[in-house]
Amino acid sequence: MNKVLMKGNEAIAEAAIRAGCLHFFGYPITPQTEVAAYFSKKLPKLGGTFLQAESEVAAINMVLGAASAGVRAMTSSSSPGVSLKTEGISYIIGSDLPCLIINVQRGGPGLGGIQPSQSDYWQATKAPGHGDGHLLVYAPDRVQEIIEYIFTAFDKAEQYRMPAMLLLDGTLGQMMEPVSFDDIPVPVKHEKPWATNGHKNAREHNIINSLYLKPEELEIKNFERFERYAKVCENEQRYEEYMTDDAEIIIVAIGIAARVSKSAIDDARAAGIKVGLLRPITVFPFPTKAFDRIKNDPKVKNILTVELNMGQMTDDVKLALECKKPVELLRHTGGIVPTPKEVFAKLCEINGGIRK
Amino acid sequence: MSIVFQKTKGLTDAVTHYCPGCTHGIVHRLVGEALEELGIIGDAIGVAPVGCSVMAYNYFSCDMVQAPHGRAPAVATGLKRALPDNIVFTYQGDGDLAAIGTAETVHSATRGENITVIFINNAIYGMTGGQMAPTTLPGQVTQTTPYGRDVNYSGYPVRVCEMVSTLDGVAFAQRVAVNNVKNVMAAKAAIKKAFEMQINKKGFSIIEVLSTCSTNWGMTPVAAMKWLEDNMIPYYPLGVYKDKTKEAE
Amino acid sequence: MAYNILFAGFGGQGVQFAAKVTTYSGMMSGMEVSLLPSYGPEMRGGTSNCAVRIDSKMIASPIVNEPNLLMALNQPSYDKFAEKVEAGGTVIFDDSLIKRSDTRTDISVYPIPATKLAREHGFVGLANMIALGYMAKKTGFLSLDIIKEGLAKAVPASKAALLGKNIEALEFGFNY
Repeated sequence: MNKVLMKGNEAIAEAAIRAGCLHFFGYPITPQTEVAAYFSKKLPKLGGTFLQAESEVAAINMVLGAASAGVRAMTSSSSPGVSLKTEGISYIIGSDLPCLIINVQRGGPGLGGIQPSQSDYWQATKAPGHGDGHLLVYAPDRVQEIIEYIFTAFDKAEQYRMPAMLLLDGTLGQMMEPVSFDDIPVPVKHEKPWATNGHKNAREHNIINSLYLKPEELEIKNFERFERYAKVCENEQRYEEYMTDDAEIIIVAIGIAARVSKSAIDDARAAGIKVGLLRPITVFPFPTKAFDRIKNDPKVKNILTVELNMGQMTDDVKLALECKKPVELLRHTGGIVPTPKEVFAKLCEINGGIRK
Repeated sequence: MSIVFQKTKGLTDAVTHYCPGCTHGIVHRLVGEALEELGIIGDAIGVAPVGCSVMAYNYFSCDMVQAPHGRAPAVATGLKRALPDNIVFTYQGDGDLAAIGTAETVHSATRGENITVIFINNAIYGMTGGQMAPTTLPGQVTQTTPYGRDVNYSGYPVRVCEMVSTLDGVAFAQRVAVNNVKNVMAAKAAIKKAFEMQINKKGFSIIEVLSTCSTNWGMTPVAAMKWLEDNMIPYYPLGVYKDKTKEAE
Repeated sequence: MAYNILFAGFGGQGVQFAAKVTTYSGMMSGMEVSLLPSYGPEMRGGTSNCAVRIDSKMIASPIVNEPNLLMALNQPSYDKFAEKVEAGGTVIFDDSLIKRSDTRTDISVYPIPATKLAREHGFVGLANMIALGYMAKKTGFLSLDIIKEGLAKAVPASKAALLGKNIEALEFGFNY
């Protein structure tokens, strides 16, 4: 297997190109600027478009335009920039357009900081813009998995005609890991009869639009969209379980928080604490199916969520558990990543000390 | 019996929602005719704005995309970069183009995006019921300038053609009016030329069309035409502000 | 065996590059690896650091809070990180730039005047490679041959001409 060391941010761009995305529109912001830099080097040589827009607002609307044309298009930003994109994201949702948005999260609110964070979880999963609507949201935890889910995100976005997001954090964007492009899939080709690419007088004119002045029409559109979301929730949940079979304590965490938790779990297992990890890979849809066993399994005594925010995902965990298990939260914000030691200490506390 | 006149194939048969006396109908027709005469209806993609002409997507017979308020030039940029051999145009009002979308207008212009912008300047916000526009004249009464636009308080109108013609990316900028037959004919020629500039890959072209809004101006259509001539044309002089084909000669 | 390494120094001392070479070397020796740079304003002239993990097992967290191997190339880095080194860990530091500020006896500390040596022996800008060679010699964490292979991978094609000099500096540090 051919392995190269790659930064998360660079892998995003390389994977997207290999997934057939030759149209990128962005605006610089730390800690994801390498995404744009990589595209700017590669895309012109491939006959694609790399455009540094005048703003995040313009960039997402350029994506709207390119996606309307029927090509794979994407943008990338970090938290404050994604806030600016939410207007366009809402229109993209309302227009049923597929595209990819990257959020390499940093601390907020406001200008916040530039260190890693997961504090846009609610924005990504609950309210990516005004109106009823969702993104498909993937939260990989390693560079190779970023590559894998770039392909999935474009494929599923086109299948369900909705925008997809990779919800990352500064650590994942900046870190380098060995990756391989040997086993990448062939990009799935979806027909786009809805695209506005010039009708050549051979079909009716296509209209891409999110305006429905008649309430009844708008409601039908929203109901139809939520039927699609129901299918997404049924078919597209992804998650990873690590040592959960016999676990009495289960950590639920995503991204860098999941990786720190894995380190702590190895230490805790060595100390005789039966602990495992449930790592959601999709956060919309939230992997509720993973909780079906857990919530009714008498072996499972406690759930611990580890988050780089004030506990945004913990709400979804409680809902998925139907409040059948006690949930504790270990949190940091502002760019602080919990250490494995902290997580280990919390596990010992929940466990009532180290037995055995 | 022979057919002596037909509606342009550039427009659909949909009945428009525009007020009686509104000049959007005239400009729609001019754009439709230009598309038809240049044989580009099947290649064209129009971008509709937010404002009175939001539903332009139902009226033009080419493919259409509806953009967020002010973002039409950015949407058009995405379309054109993905489909460089197609014809992409925006149709925008003064609030859309010169207020909320100023950044998108200026930057698509300075990048020299090879798109055509049809800019309707009627000195007022029509869709929301007659508020001050960036192009509302000094002293003009609107719902939000009930004592007349006080330039010391609300600032001055934006002269878009003058402004964008300073940008190197702009290939063609012309201001026209649709208040009489002569001016309508000139507007048609200008719109057609703007599309030709795009076909010949010259860069950004913009046609500013001085238009009326008799409903929100509180005038009859005929009086509105006269008001345009007496008040708007002196402040917004008609003419060609930039023409790269001329510069090349 | 697991190495949790921190490379730290001023921006421009080649800390990130030394980390990249090490990561490639670890990868080529068949180990699991990760590299996490610090980022932000410290990149611009301030202190830059880079965490590298090399492990025979899959790497969970790429973050290094308590290194067992530290390369410190400037005083602020030494002051900040020497106290965080795990008991039994090793510190390589440039004593032409750094005055030892700790009194720890539970770690191994190896000074090398890398910057001075680089200046005097025609390796200007390559103090990082001299220190890396010395680190390999003192800890045996990676073989010199493997680091040479890692170096060849880490040098971009556009700078291939610089590979030879880097290898010489590496060897110089190893043989110091």
